[in-house]
Amino acid sequence: MNKGLPKWADIILIPLLSLTLAFLVSGLIVMFIGENPIEAVKVMLVGEFGDSGAFGRFGIGYTLYYTTSFIFTGLAVAVAFHARMFNIGGEGQAGMGGVGVATVLLSVAWPHWTIAIVAASLGAMAFGAAWAAIPAYLQAKRGSHIVITTIMFNWIGSALIVYLLVGPMQAPGMVPETVGFSAGSSIPTLHEIFPAFDKHAPANVSLFLALFAAVGVWVLIWKTRLGYEIRAFGHSEKAAIYAGIKPVKIIMVAMLVSGALAGMMAVNTVQGEAERLILDTVQGAGFVGIAVALMGRSHPVGVVLAAFLFGVLYQGGSELQYIGIPREMVVVIQALVIMFVGSLENMVRIPVERAFVLFNKGAA
Amino acid sequence: MDFNTILQLFDSAVRLSTPLLLACLAGLYSERSGIFDIGLEGKMLAGAFAAGAMSAYAGMPVTEGGLGMTWGMAWMGALAAVAVSIVLALIHGFASITLRGNQLISGVAINFFAAGSTVLIGQYWFQSGGQTPPLRGAQRFEAITLPFAKTLEGVPILGPTYHDLISGHNALVYMALLAVPLTWWLLFRTRFGLRLRAVGESPEAVDTAGISVVRQRYVAVLIAGVLCGLAGAYLSLGTSAAGFVKDMSAGKGFIALAALIFAKWQPKSALFACLLFGFLEAIGNRYQSIDLGAFVVPVQFMQALPYILTVVILAGFIGKAIPPAAGGEPYVKER
Repeated sequence: MNKGLPKWADIILIPLLSLTLAFLVSGLIVMFIGENPIEAVKVMLVGEFGDSGAFGRFGIGYTLYYTTSFIFTGLAVAVAFHARMFNIGGEGQAGMGGVGVATVLLSVAWPHWTIAIVAASLGAMAFGAAWAAIPAYLQAKRGSHIVITTIMFNWIGSALIVYLLVGPMQAPGMVPETVGFSAGSSIPTLHEIFPAFDKHAPANVSLFLALFAAVGVWVLIWKTRLGYEIRAFGHSEKAAIYAGIKPVKIIMVAMLVSGALAGMMAVNTVQGEAERLILDTVQGAGFVGIAVALMGRSHPVGVVLAAFLFGVLYQGGSELQYIGIPREMVVVIQALVIMFVGSLENMVRIPVERAFVLFNKGAA
Repeated sequence: MDFNTILQLFDSAVRLSTPLLLACLAGLYSERSGIFDIGLEGKMLAGAFAAGAMSAYAGMPVTEGGLGMTWGMAWMGALAAVAVSIVLALIHGFASITLRGNQLISGVAINFFAAGSTVLIGQYWFQSGGQTPPLRGAQRFEAITLPFAKTLEGVPILGPTYHDLISGHNALVYMALLAVPLTWWLLFRTRFGLRLRAVGESPEAVDTAGISVVRQRYVAVLIAGVLCGLAGAYLSLGTSAAGFVKDMSAGKGFIALAALIFAKWQPKSALFACLLFGFLEAIGNRYQSIDLGAFVVPVQFMQALPYILTVVILAGFIGKAIPPAAGGEPYVKER
């Protein structure tokens, strides 16, 4: 695979070149719809009105809010990738995580947020993992393709959530949502910790949970026996089995951890922002996790950086509507990133590999 | 439930299953050749937009900058849909056949690209939140009344069945239904079909026989593009939507994928799977919940049923769904 390609080229150079291509094509699309790409980038970063761009005083609170969600879903995809499982069900698992958070927070009047966030996290992880468990079991025991089953579970999950919100969990009235969580379960926003953040921005303490989860994933994958087994299984299933590693166990563990991480996203969105369960809390973040894990080469550091990049894109992208570019531009950029960093990667990799071979010949 | 109600249910089942069937057959060609395609949804959506936009443009008076056509606009739209869908199919083919990239990731990317770009370009061209202008008359595919439908209407049972259920659909519905036997014949009775199935099962064998795996797979992916384009055209020109609406494919590409697995990659079963899923949707649209006496089935359960059934089939408890052996695997020629 990596003949003559140094590690830095594999993990930094190739993703950066692919990302550049994706941004170039995005720029061409902006030009196609008659707007100025340079102007668009400026608006994305600093905002049309000064403080709501991705790095503006107001905007950064949103950027970090999105980043938090994307770290969770990115880690979820990354952990599964290590076991060579493609978990495309982050969307459903994160949605069910929201049901877990709501179930926990509505069951007891929590006295203080520090207890509530622990309980809500457990609920989110349990529900997220449960939603990954059936596809994982079917893959491990019956050989049903995990990609297809997780896609199906995304749709089953979304139907289930609609059912819950217009049925058993619905608050009195017509709106499909639960009653609001009690005041004791409200977690602090970043503004309450660092007043420099804007009061209305939704970024909250779950950002630290996300960073903590990233460290946890790093420890799990690279510092534990289980992580070693997961990676060995991902590299070569046959060799792993020969070494006495049990496929069923690895698939189940990797997918349950993955589902739990995706579910954790709900602590940020449902407990941190909406403070009740509403429809469509995930908003595609489960899929962004795929792009984030690809960009980040399934390494927690890479995932955190890529999640921040997508946070910037999401907040910056919503600013674009003020200069006449619909916010769907973000979806297009996201698609191009997934395309160039993921499926079209060899378009960059093959020429780079050739260049290195030539270079090495010249040096020798 | 009286006869008329049943007839109406079946009628809307046929209408609702048409886009599923076209997309499902598209997936069948692609996956039979060994290329997974979860981008059916995206190709369909992009096709729907292209059809809506082209048909609107073709029917617009020359004074307003359109083509000023008075007939055949719907077919222009369908052509545009097929063209756009083929472009996306070629991107998928380039990524998964030529570059040997991950086919699933490519499909995900195509779905997003379609979801974003249709609204983006739609807003730029028509300035109405990504919608195309409402389409009228020959800008849409109009219902075709089959011969003797009016005359026979009076005949009990058979008359209304012929008049309401069999007659009175648009051209794309009949094309989709005809595509089923055609696909069966092509795949199982021609040399082309044998080769197409062979590259999906054992590309090495096909390669050894001196046949290009790359070419076979590209052809399959292109056919999938054509069919997804037609499915898209049906959504914007053949339904009561009468134009393109943002995200109008609404997961139909995934139901089609589910139907494909449910049908175990067989054309004839695909027809029944799509009709079944269309029927479930028709019931879901008509009844909010179904009271079975002992308990009430919520409409959301009906909506989730296609996916649940597919998981059950995939689990192998009721028959086993065995995908083409080389599905998802890029073919590396031995050197």
